[in-house]
Amino acid sequence: MIRTSRFDLLARIGAAVLAAIILAAVVMPLFVPPDDPHPVDALLPPGAGHLFGTDQVGRDVFNRVLYGARTSLTIALAVLVLAALVGVTLGVLAGYSGGWIRDVIMRVTDVFLAFPALLLALALAAVLQPSVTTVIVAIAATWWPWYTRLTASVAASVARRGYVDAARCLGVRTPAIVFRHVLPNSITPVLVQLSLDAGGVILTAAALSYLGLGAQEPAAEWGLMIEQGESLFTTKWWVVTLPGLAILLTAFAFNSLGEGLRAALDPRRLTR
Amino acid sequence: MIEIRDLEVRIGDRVIAAVPHLDVGPGQCVAIVGESGSGKTTTLLAILGLLDEAATVTGSIEAFGVRSPSTLRGSKIALVMQSPQGALTPTMRLGTLLRRALALHGVRGRAAADRTRQALRDVLLEDEILRRYPHQVSGGQAQRFALALALALGAEVILADEPTSALDVTVQAEVVAVLRRLHEERGLAVLLVSHDLALVSSIADHVVVMKDGQVVESGPAAEMFAHPAAGYTRELIAATPELPDA
Repeated sequence: MIRTSRFDLLARIGAAVLAAIILAAVVMPLFVPPDDPHPVDALLPPGAGHLFGTDQVGRDVFNRVLYGARTSLTIALAVLVLAALVGVTLGVLAGYSGGWIRDVIMRVTDVFLAFPALLLALALAAVLQPSVTTVIVAIAATWWPWYTRLTASVAASVARRGYVDAARCLGVRTPAIVFRHVLPNSITPVLVQLSLDAGGVILTAAALSYLGLGAQEPAAEWGLMIEQGESLFTTKWWVVTLPGLAILLTAFAFNSLGEGLRAALDPRRLTR
Repeated sequence: MIEIRDLEVRIGDRVIAAVPHLDVGPGQCVAIVGESGSGKTTTLLAILGLLDEAATVTGSIEAFGVRSPSTLRGSKIALVMQSPQGALTPTMRLGTLLRRALALHGVRGRAAADRTRQALRDVLLEDEILRRYPHQVSGGQAQRFALALALALGAEVILADEPTSALDVTVQAEVVAVLRRLHEERGLAVLLVSHDLALVSSIADHVVVMKDGQVVESGPAAEMFAHPAAGYTRELIAATPELPDA
């Protein structure tokens, strides 16, 4: 287990911020419905009635930022689960089997990695109908190759360890060797990478929504909110700045948590 | 039990191990000795079919009358490796490992529990060790656990690849004592690969000396230590430091 003493301050702050965001995203919508437009109250500055002010159609920005957190976290979770499932499975197969199986998997991976992730996601999202699902599929499609590469390199070295030979000696069949002996011992770097990547996924999702390829009005999504408030930036700063800060804060929280995990799970720091 | 005839293992054009003739009979302990790179371990891995794909194997290896002995892995032939913890999957408790290995060979429930208890007692380990992960046991315990695993599975031949060389001296003695007990009291056959001549002379009935992939001498242990025929064997024996009797 991770001992908190190994967890540095930044990681703890990251974890705390993230916990707060997740809690708010999960709990708050249970009590407060998504805010409807009230054109009369449009573009009120932050104050007592509206903590983060209101947007151009009079919806509470704080309310929308929290609902946006829901969207963003859902996207991040879905993308990472999808990408990790595909990426890790292919990676462990490639790393363990070697030979032509590895060559095929790794060359396909290289093709995907040759495109900048955002560009590929953009192209995919443009072909599909704009929606949150589209964003998830598009980002996951560009994200899995990283996990394949990472897992393959670790699994290849794990596959040469004594305990894998020992398992073979016991007559353990290949699928069981791959999933019980190689996979559990290759997964740690992926877990770290996942937490480091969550911030990147949220940023990419926001970028796609900002470009109109993701969540659609009236859904609350940070990227979409920024796009809608962009023209007001100089005069009504809160409409665009506060969702932007939410993105920043979440990405930062995931990154520091990931860095902390990386340090804590470093095998050189594992003790008896 | 194990018969090797005209075994040759090559990588490319290079012969890395050539063993014209090697038998391990029931209850026998055969040792292969030689320096690093002499082809000892290669011979062992060839028996189990665990060699790298780049290696080509010619000749015949028969175990228990079966031509490709890799199918006997676990049930009749067991391997004890050099690196003690390295041979145990780090993410699995020893108990889980043992339970799964037994289940794989059709031993479950009550029978599995009985065999586990008996095997642990034979190698002088406590039941408590089953709850531990490999990094929580000592090298000697890990090696003895590997022997227990072999016993529980009903192995009749143990292939031991430098089983003591990664251990410190006092722990070596524990493992050797257990190995010898299994050999002498249980009648287990052992094929031992080692460069530790003290260990070999204390346990082996028959010794095969290898150098640069070739067998240079082969014969009964007592005779060979008394009258080594090949020059290389004499060198090996001379290189072994002798301790004054305590």
